[in-house]
Amino acid sequence: MILIYLIGILTFGSALTLLSGQLNKGLPKWFALLTLLSGFVVLLVFWISNYKEVSLQSTNTWITEYYHNWIPAFGISFHLAMDGLSLLMLLLTFFMGILAVLCSWTEIIERVSFYYFNLLWILAGITGVFIAMDLFLFYFFWEVMLIPMYFLIGIWGSANREYAAYKFFIFTQASGLLMFLSILALYFIHGQNTGIYTFDYFDLLGTQVSPTVAFWLMLGFLIAFAVKLPVVPFHSWLPDAHTEAPTAGSLILAGLLLKTGAYGILRFVLPLFPRASIEIAPWAILLGVIGIIYGAILAYSQTDLKRLIAYTSVSHMGFVMLGIFSFNEFAFQGVVMQLITHAISTGALFLLAGMLKERLHTRDINQMGGLWTSMPKMGVIAMVFVMASLGLPGLGNFVAEFLILLGGFKVHVVLTSIAALGLVFSAMYALRIMQKVFLGPNVNLETAFSAKTDLPDFSLRELLVMGSLSICILWLGLNPQPIIDTVKPMINGLQEIYASPIITQNVK
Amino acid sequence: MDNLLWLIPGFPLVGFLILTLAGKNMSRLARGLTGAGSICLSAIVVLIVGWNFLINPPAAGNYTQTLWTWFEIANFKPTITLYLDGLSLVFVFVITFIAALIHIYSIAFMAEEADDARFFASMNLFVFCMLILVLASNLLLLYLGWEGVGLCSYLLIGFWYQKSENGYAARKAFIITRVGDTAMAIGLFILVYQFGTLDIVAISHSAPEMWQAGSKIATLCALLLLAGGLGKSAQLPLQTWLPDAMAGPSPVSALIHAATMVTAGVYLIARMHVIFQLSPVTQMIIAIIGAATLIIAGLSAIVQYDIKRVLAYSTMSQIGYMFLALGVGAWSAAVFHFMIHAFFKALLFLAAGAIIEALHHEHNMFKMGGLKKSLPVIFWTFLIGSASLAALPLITAGFYSKDQILWYSWASDGGSPLLWFTALLGAFITAAYTTRMMLITFWGEAKTHLGMRPGKLMTIPLLILAVFSLVAGFIELPHNFGHVQLFSEITEKVLPGTNIRAAVSGEFIYQIIAVLTTLAGIYTAYILYYRKPMIIINLKHSKSALGLYQFLLSGWRFDKLYDTVFVRPIVYLANLNKDDVIDKFYQGITWLTGRAYRALSFTQSGSLRWYVMGLLIGAIFILTIQIIL
Repeated sequence: MILIYLIGILTFGSALTLLSGQLNKGLPKWFALLTLLSGFVVLLVFWISNYKEVSLQSTNTWITEYYHNWIPAFGISFHLAMDGLSLLMLLLTFFMGILAVLCSWTEIIERVSFYYFNLLWILAGITGVFIAMDLFLFYFFWEVMLIPMYFLIGIWGSANREYAAYKFFIFTQASGLLMFLSILALYFIHGQNTGIYTFDYFDLLGTQVSPTVAFWLMLGFLIAFAVKLPVVPFHSWLPDAHTEAPTAGSLILAGLLLKTGAYGILRFVLPLFPRASIEIAPWAILLGVIGIIYGAILAYSQTDLKRLIAYTSVSHMGFVMLGIFSFNEFAFQGVVMQLITHAISTGALFLLAGMLKERLHTRDINQMGGLWTSMPKMGVIAMVFVMASLGLPGLGNFVAEFLILLGGFKVHVVLTSIAALGLVFSAMYALRIMQKVFLGPNVNLETAFSAKTDLPDFSLRELLVMGSLSICILWLGLNPQPIIDTVKPMINGLQEIYASPIITQNVK
Repeated sequence: MDNLLWLIPGFPLVGFLILTLAGKNMSRLARGLTGAGSICLSAIVVLIVGWNFLINPPAAGNYTQTLWTWFEIANFKPTITLYLDGLSLVFVFVITFIAALIHIYSIAFMAEEADDARFFASMNLFVFCMLILVLASNLLLLYLGWEGVGLCSYLLIGFWYQKSENGYAARKAFIITRVGDTAMAIGLFILVYQFGTLDIVAISHSAPEMWQAGSKIATLCALLLLAGGLGKSAQLPLQTWLPDAMAGPSPVSALIHAATMVTAGVYLIARMHVIFQLSPVTQMIIAIIGAATLIIAGLSAIVQYDIKRVLAYSTMSQIGYMFLALGVGAWSAAVFHFMIHAFFKALLFLAAGAIIEALHHEHNMFKMGGLKKSLPVIFWTFLIGSASLAALPLITAGFYSKDQILWYSWASDGGSPLLWFTALLGAFITAAYTTRMMLITFWGEAKTHLGMRPGKLMTIPLLILAVFSLVAGFIELPHNFGHVQLFSEITEKVLPGTNIRAAVSGEFIYQIIAVLTTLAGIYTAYILYYRKPMIIINLKHSKSALGLYQFLLSGWRFDKLYDTVFVRPIVYLANLNKDDVIDKFYQGITWLTGRAYRALSFTQSGSLRWYVMGLLIGAIFILTIQIIL
């Protein structure tokens, strides 16, 4: 029931925000916050109360499920289900959602109700994506999250917003089409094989497909997810979208939308097409490693703060690609950790970029410098997340990257060693952020900002947001076991597939 | 005693947290007391624990305290466990004791600094990370401390952040050491797959059984760990960050050079000695790197004019001695020299800091001079520190620790005449540059007006360190001269003894040679910089001598080399590709689509003739195809 509740409250909440905006402009943000808070609390209580059951299962078992016929004639059902991975992703979705509302609190002043309506719809789409177990339904949610995001960038973005919104839309839409073709093909192949035409994930899991066809179908899915992730060379929508989106947009893009790509690969590509996945693995890992290095070097050269952070995402998501296609427990666990910790650390950096922009009205780091003097609290928090971004042990990202590299090392020694070089490059761009923004001489401020002494440090709302993120990233870095245990059954399931000899033989 | 262990890093961590979260709201005095007090408390705990450890040695030979399990995946279960044995005891003692003195000194040194909360917070975090490093029972936790030390060095080297060059020095330290750290991380991956654990005791236990001596895998692991050590300990080829690290306040330099950071590499190699013993090749490489570094850095120290740079190069050179000792298998001698070096190097940096403060931030020795009379306490303590650094025979601690290394570089299994000769040459150079530094700084006429004199808070730590720089050597005397082995009794349970080659004898002769070399070094500098300064002045007219001077001054142009080979190409490529060449492809598609659209829209001209023509051509086209097929 919790699944229906989550989707329901988001759609209901979005309607409320839209209507309440007619009454009072101050209301929508409160309704949005309330909606997300209630969802988050419900999820948290659900997690804690079911923690034992969730984490002690040894195999891929589902915690809760909901099934309802939708269009039975075509075998389409409203089938939702949740395992450890979905649960964590949902927690992340609602947590990021709350932060997105909080960071829009003063930033958004135009068309407020429509803004929060879109925000909640995106989150509803993402929630659906993480729990849909019917491929048609999954595709439906996949599209649901796309359109409001397009509006979010296109309406509330900065100067070059329309270009960025188009680019984002076309990239995702075109790649999504490939996935839809693959879904349809799978549907028909399964139907011909068994006489049962269905989009249900669990029914389609064991579909017999000839290796060549499977490879192409897998590619359809993979490209859609790879564009979302993004994997080099499909990444070029991301810097534009991140840069032009409003702060909450960047937060959701980096924190959640990218994660749907990784989730899709883990949930659909790997279980549906194990052999084809093994075949493509070396290439996927190669692209991942290229992404790690290429993204980091690109990040290093940027002068637009948000663009810089956007490219660090490309680099970090390269680790995800490396981890997923290493097919072992260390790497899978590392990937899930990376999804969560990257959402938090990069999300925090985007929030900081937003706060800086609110104060300085620029994203150009060449016009910043020496801000530590006037905003020491922001400086400390920025240091925390910059360090998280370069993988300092003790913070969550280290556990993630360590596990991914450890897992990758088992399979591809050379490529993983090159990927490890990413640690050096990440230090380069990360320290550059600190140097350009918070350290160094603060001469430029006088020209950019008339009264530099009046530059306000964190407000209480900002401190609350950034403080909670800092605690999260520290907690994940020192005690990640709850995450590991929660997702373990799902990963064991994946591992079983890739350990079975039937799958691994015949490939070569 | 086991359950007191957590207090050792615990106090500095609490100090850090208090200063970070509430530092702004505290009085200056409270900040100083919190910063220094936390370290002093930690040092007291170390004394209590250490006393118990030595009086009632635990049956297992160590104290262990597991705090919690970091994570557990597929039987790989790194824990947050503190582990104290003889080796880590020496390190925690030196770290907390010296850091406490440095912190007390800093209260006075930082009295005028506006942002002292940040300073003390970073210093406390630095000590915390270093303590975690040496108390970690597994390599992953050690790596946490290891990287944390890197972060703190970054924070403190760049403490005065408004100057861009300080930020540059800080980033340089972080990034160069990270190159080593990355190699070390890869070493950890191999260890995990080889042993299924990163527990140091477990690895040390099973490595000799699993690996043959000299096997490739042992060498690979040893080399990767070594790379980490080279970065942190500023040894060739990752040494270039250390001279620039002077950008931080002087207490920071004292902390980096004496108690934390640069000794991490020495600790790592001593701690993982089992793996290094399995790889004689790596051992040899360590000895050669140590020997090369001590000469290269020593020669650079001879021409520096910035007093702190002299000390920086001397650290590099002294750590080179420790690496040499580690390389030839003189484990205990290396750790002994680490301890003695910590005393006199902390002393020298703190004293130098006091001088620099007194002379209005003047770093240039040639603008000092004549301080013998005006700053007597500084003079005497600095003299003792210098004597210990130069290994002045019999009365200084530095003599005893360095003599051991010289002897073992000749006599031990891994020793050789060449290594011994290099170490001896290094001793000559050390004595020479130390004497030069003393003469230029303290003798001659005063060239800068003296400002504020250091107060008691600054001089008392100096005096304490001076005493230790003299007497600490007496706890370990050569067996033909007193034969005291208090120190090696502490470390012998952890570190293997040093094997002496069968064919060597006459330790006494080598000691005499070492003594004479040191005295010769002192005398040479005395002649050149005091008696007959014209020799140097005349040399400056020679073009080749000037070239050599520039070469040595720049630290053998390593910076330039790395700049040309690594930094500039990467930065150039990064800037070249700022707009992302891959995006050009997609922009190309957009451009092409736009063009095609314009071309086609041209046909929609509204002219009926064109439309008819189009229809006709289309019809003919289709017909033709039908006929052909």
